[in-house]
Amino acid sequence: MTAPLQPSSPPPAAFAPRRRISMTVVGPILALILLAALGAWLNPNFLSAANITNVLARSAFIGIIAVGMTFVITAGGLDLSVGSMAAFIAGLMIMVMNAALPSLGVGIPIVLLGMGAALLAGLLAGLLNGLLITRLGIEAFIVTLGSMGIYRSLVTWLADGGTLSLDFQLRSFYQPIYYGGIFGVSWPIIVFGLVAVLGEIVMRSTVFGRWCAAIGSNEQVAKYSSVRVARVRLATYVMLGLLVGLAVIMYVPRLGSASASTGLLWELEAIAAVIIGGTLLKGGFGRVWGTVVGVLILSLIGNILNLTDLVSPYLNGAIQGLIIVLAVILQREGKPGA
Amino acid sequence: MKRILAGLCLTTAMSLSAPAFAETKTVGVSIPAATHGWAGGMNYFAQEAVKRLEATYPDLDFVLATASDPAKQVNDIEDMVATRNISALVVLPFESEPLTGPVKAVADAGVWVTVVDRGLSVEGIEDLYVAGDNPGFGRVAGEFVAGALPEGGKVVVLRGIPTTIDNERVEGFQAALEGSSVEILAMEHGNWNRDKAFEVMQDFLSKYPQIDAVWASDDDMSVGALAAIEAAGRKDVKFVLGGAGMKEMIARTRDGDAMIPANVTYPPAMIATAIEVTALGLVSSAPVSGRFVIGSVLVTPENAAQYYFPDSPF
Repeated sequence: MTAPLQPSSPPPAAFAPRRRISMTVVGPILALILLAALGAWLNPNFLSAANITNVLARSAFIGIIAVGMTFVITAGGLDLSVGSMAAFIAGLMIMVMNAALPSLGVGIPIVLLGMGAALLAGLLAGLLNGLLITRLGIEAFIVTLGSMGIYRSLVTWLADGGTLSLDFQLRSFYQPIYYGGIFGVSWPIIVFGLVAVLGEIVMRSTVFGRWCAAIGSNEQVAKYSSVRVARVRLATYVMLGLLVGLAVIMYVPRLGSASASTGLLWELEAIAAVIIGGTLLKGGFGRVWGTVVGVLILSLIGNILNLTDLVSPYLNGAIQGLIIVLAVILQREGKPGA
Repeated sequence: MKRILAGLCLTTAMSLSAPAFAETKTVGVSIPAATHGWAGGMNYFAQEAVKRLEATYPDLDFVLATASDPAKQVNDIEDMVATRNISALVVLPFESEPLTGPVKAVADAGVWVTVVDRGLSVEGIEDLYVAGDNPGFGRVAGEFVAGALPEGGKVVVLRGIPTTIDNERVEGFQAALEGSSVEILAMEHGNWNRDKAFEVMQDFLSKYPQIDAVWASDDDMSVGALAAIEAAGRKDVKFVLGGAGMKEMIARTRDGDAMIPANVTYPPAMIATAIEVTALGLVSSAPVSGRFVIGSVLVTPENAAQYYFPDSPF
């Protein structure tokens, strides 16, 4: 391993040029706690096990994707295609499983086949985005804007404008992956938790995590410090693609269907969650645990608005926007005009 | 066999050469792209109608364009007028406001205009207006719910995307429930989307310990609501009333599923009605101008079979 960038400076602070305990750290957590307190105060059912499970499980899709997005953004990239990609992979996975049904029958093998197909499709889709961005040097924004349109059209085409549905028996068999779990914790929550913990470890304590931050903060310097910029950046997109595949594996058993409206705006929710969590949009600094907090904030807002009659449903979007902006303002302390 | 083939070739050749003799008229059809279930069905029926009419009337030509946003639809319509010299335009406006001006320009140029479903914001532009009955859609649903819960009950409502269409439906629904002992606990937008409806329904179930029925107002939202109810294991919800007649839901009503006792139609095939009637006006002397409102009908297990279209994607 080649040691990147100034090995003499204290390692954890090297890419986090901020004060130790500041609002940037406390801000998102504070916002989350305030929201949770508000929810509990407004409706006693908010803290019920069923509601907590609902909120965490529905956060899992965006959450798993957002963890991958944290790496992409930290390395100075962006991926707008993840929502469409999720819809496309979901459609593909359903078609593969339906097609294999006559030969494999309902059982574990067909589910594994579907999962394999989803992960492979995610890997390829991420690889395609990554190669276009790193080898051809096209702006990430443009490449992924293009693939966003392509995947969205492809799923519409696959579904013939309608909805792709998993065979009913197959869906009943596969359903426990979303609704079931162990020790009362459902699978999406467990997977989301694992992805988040692994992501945090990779970001914080591995060379790869530091490389991402180095590339994001200064590509040239990273290059001269013998970081293989193109390869690391490609890896972030591939990893994101794989995580989209993983999210789809959790998503398909929920309703057993995919259509043109699947995964709509997921990319923006994932990006918003990453930024609320304290990752810099221009790259150079990433915080996976912050992203997790961001995802939870976003789904709590929707949940609380549904559980109460405080505002007209027409204003839900405004409240969401307001809280996103507030959560980011909370952590900007000490950086006016930045 | 050979003779049949030869005959086929001859007729094809004749129909190909026909435009040289008869005056060919072109009909432009401009519709939103298939971005959700209902629109997917509408696209399917538009293509079917065009296919059927092209076979029936050799001197009619059709141009079908689908648009993913209002600006694209305006471009489509301008292109049709400029390059295809259309004699008639069948348009299902993406949004009323942005399409009103461009469609008026087409009408002013002497082209027959048929507007489908979403009206333009200025009256009197179109020659023929074919539409579904949104207040009726809500009213039929409300009457069914009131009838199904004679002892009264608590109902939650999943609304669509905030639009005039949705408002008219909800007003019709509320009006039909007036005077009955059915109480609307809450209404929230599920945006005609399965995932959103699933989440909203989960939250309704957390919020209210007793829900007797759900007006999902759309079958995509029914799918989401049903999954949420099933996952929560709640037995208090007696039924979910959807709408628009998705084939899977119609099949469940037909088969006597107690959770889906009925449906209310809002047929995506209304685009076919519009195209057929417009074509009729071009090829015959039958007068076809005016308004054609397609009523929303209650589908029950008894009549469900006639509303089941196995080939439609919706």
